[in-house]
Amino acid sequence: MTKVLRLDGINRSFGDRPVLKEVTFDVTAGRLTGFVGANGAGKTTTMRIVLGVLAADSGAVTWQGSPLTREDRRRFGYMPEERGLYPKMTVREQLIYLGRLHGLTPEAVRRHAGDLLERLGLDERADEPLEKLSLGNQQRAQIAAALVHDPDVLVLDEPFSGLDPAAVDIVVAVLREHTARGVPVLFSSHQLDVVERLCDDLVIIADGTIRAVGRRDDLRVAHARPRHALVVDGDAGWLRDQPGVTLIDLDGPRAVFDLAAGADDQAVLQAALARGPVRSFGPVVPSLTEIFREVTR
Amino acid sequence: MNTTEAIRLVAAREVRVKLRDRTFLFSTLFFLLFAAASTVLPALLAGGPSSVAVADRSVAATLTDAGLKVRTVADDQAAEQLVRAGDVDAAVVGGPRVLAMDEAPGDVVRALSKEPDVRLLDPDAVNPVARFLVPFAFAMVFFFTSLTFGLQIAQSVTEEKQTRVVEILVATVPVRVLLAGKVIAAGLLAMVQIALIALVTVTAAQFAPAGSTVLPVLAPAIGWFIPFFVLGFVMLAALWAGVGALVNRQEDIAGASMPVQLLVMLPFFAIIFLNDNPTAMTVLSYLPISAPTAMPIRLFLGDAAPWEPILSLLILAASALATLAAGARVYEGSVLRTNGRTAIMAAWRNRETRLVQSVR
Repeated sequence: MTKVLRLDGINRSFGDRPVLKEVTFDVTAGRLTGFVGANGAGKTTTMRIVLGVLAADSGAVTWQGSPLTREDRRRFGYMPEERGLYPKMTVREQLIYLGRLHGLTPEAVRRHAGDLLERLGLDERADEPLEKLSLGNQQRAQIAAALVHDPDVLVLDEPFSGLDPAAVDIVVAVLREHTARGVPVLFSSHQLDVVERLCDDLVIIADGTIRAVGRRDDLRVAHARPRHALVVDGDAGWLRDQPGVTLIDLDGPRAVFDLAAGADDQAVLQAALARGPVRSFGPVVPSLTEIFREVTR
Repeated sequence: MNTTEAIRLVAAREVRVKLRDRTFLFSTLFFLLFAAASTVLPALLAGGPSSVAVADRSVAATLTDAGLKVRTVADDQAAEQLVRAGDVDAAVVGGPRVLAMDEAPGDVVRALSKEPDVRLLDPDAVNPVARFLVPFAFAMVFFFTSLTFGLQIAQSVTEEKQTRVVEILVATVPVRVLLAGKVIAAGLLAMVQIALIALVTVTAAQFAPAGSTVLPVLAPAIGWFIPFFVLGFVMLAALWAGVGALVNRQEDIAGASMPVQLLVMLPFFAIIFLNDNPTAMTVLSYLPISAPTAMPIRLFLGDAAPWEPILSLLILAASALATLAAGARVYEGSVLRTNGRTAIMAAWRNRETRLVQSVR
């Protein structure tokens, strides 16, 4: 059985307001799955249902093919949207406490907490109370708390918010170590550029429904329109009169245009070459932001 | 990992945090000093036996036998001089007559007089000082421990809610494990604190003559006090935990816990003011909120039949189970509601956590 965390037809309402409608997607072993959506789209509710902090009205969450049990969830790592650890306990103590609650032996948890603190650059502050740490370091401690028991599955709600770029790189490296060992990782973010750079798979949610699911690169191809960019030496305004071309953007020698169905991109290139040197020509791959706009429209 | 192990971990953390809390340590120290002082000081202030000056050798022998500090002098004038100079408390001169400055020295007078035979018709009756102090002590101990440790439970519940760490905890262990761990930790600390106070009081009592005679009478009452205390404590602790889960900020605990505070305070005052009214005490000794103090007091006074504490204990145990279930339900229903104060009925009806937690 492959290690897949599967959400199948999850529905959930608060009062008479439905917040999740038939939410279905997989988080596959060894892959970073980015969970993207606007504020209030249902990301946090979905994650809380996976962790058993909220109940689904209907639908099922399965792990390796069978419904989730409390014992399975104890082997999950969770970083909730609302951050929090004990302010007066030292970082190391809380890691050890949480690790033991997750079922680790005292020796294993001590060793693992030490490694993790070092890995996240927190070892020098490890024996200070959490409240004495800077916000960025508290955020790292929160990530350590989700990882301390070497979880089988990771569910992280906005793990990168509040981290400086250096810390983002450290955390990404740590997460990659987990996926390399076959751990499925689901993380949410509204920073689309971060998600675009990091994730292998994408889940896009809007108004409680899943709008797009799949490998990041497949999604890009699927949503690629026949859009091209051209850079020439002179003015590219002549493209306007080229058959089958819809000009999207023109800035002197630079142009972005869509091709009508059946129109030949090579014909456009030839036309450009006939007018002078061509510095660059090629299809434009849509960014995640564009895909997101398109599917959530 | 099984449930017991998880409860042990939660309780261990609570105890560790509390043992590092300066306020807790200082208040314990203060209680201990207070207990020691209130036992030892009266005896110290009362002073030792009187010193007495006397010329007559046979009288001197009598006084020495009575344990007084005797100074033999040449004649009655010299004896009187010593009293006037303040060198001795009293003098015995011819007659015999006792001389003292402003207060008749009772021990000297008793040494020289012949007391009539005394036959006590009710030899087990409690001595009046103990009759006053013991109910007061029981009421104080239960009042202060259930208030301070109850508040501690509420604060610890609210802290986890306020700092949001509770979401991680609930995703890891069942909510009831958290609740059980907190109640057990507070109960243990309370018992240890009371045991320390008792130890200090008993040790100090060795230095005070009156103390040692009360102890044998007190022992069975204390023996009963322990099960009553434990059940009464658990009953209130469950309510404190429920209250702590309803609020989001430490500042709101005082207001939200008012009903529970009244449940602690009313029995306390009832026992302080009504402990010499047997009818009132009989009623109080069966009411679950006052039974933990009222029944041991009645046992101490010898007013209760042997079956009475057992019946009262059963009633208390049933109420403790009921509040534990109710407190746990409110706790489960509100511990994850982090937006604003939760209404108690909303918490009661909220089946969310129970629903999720019942999934095994």
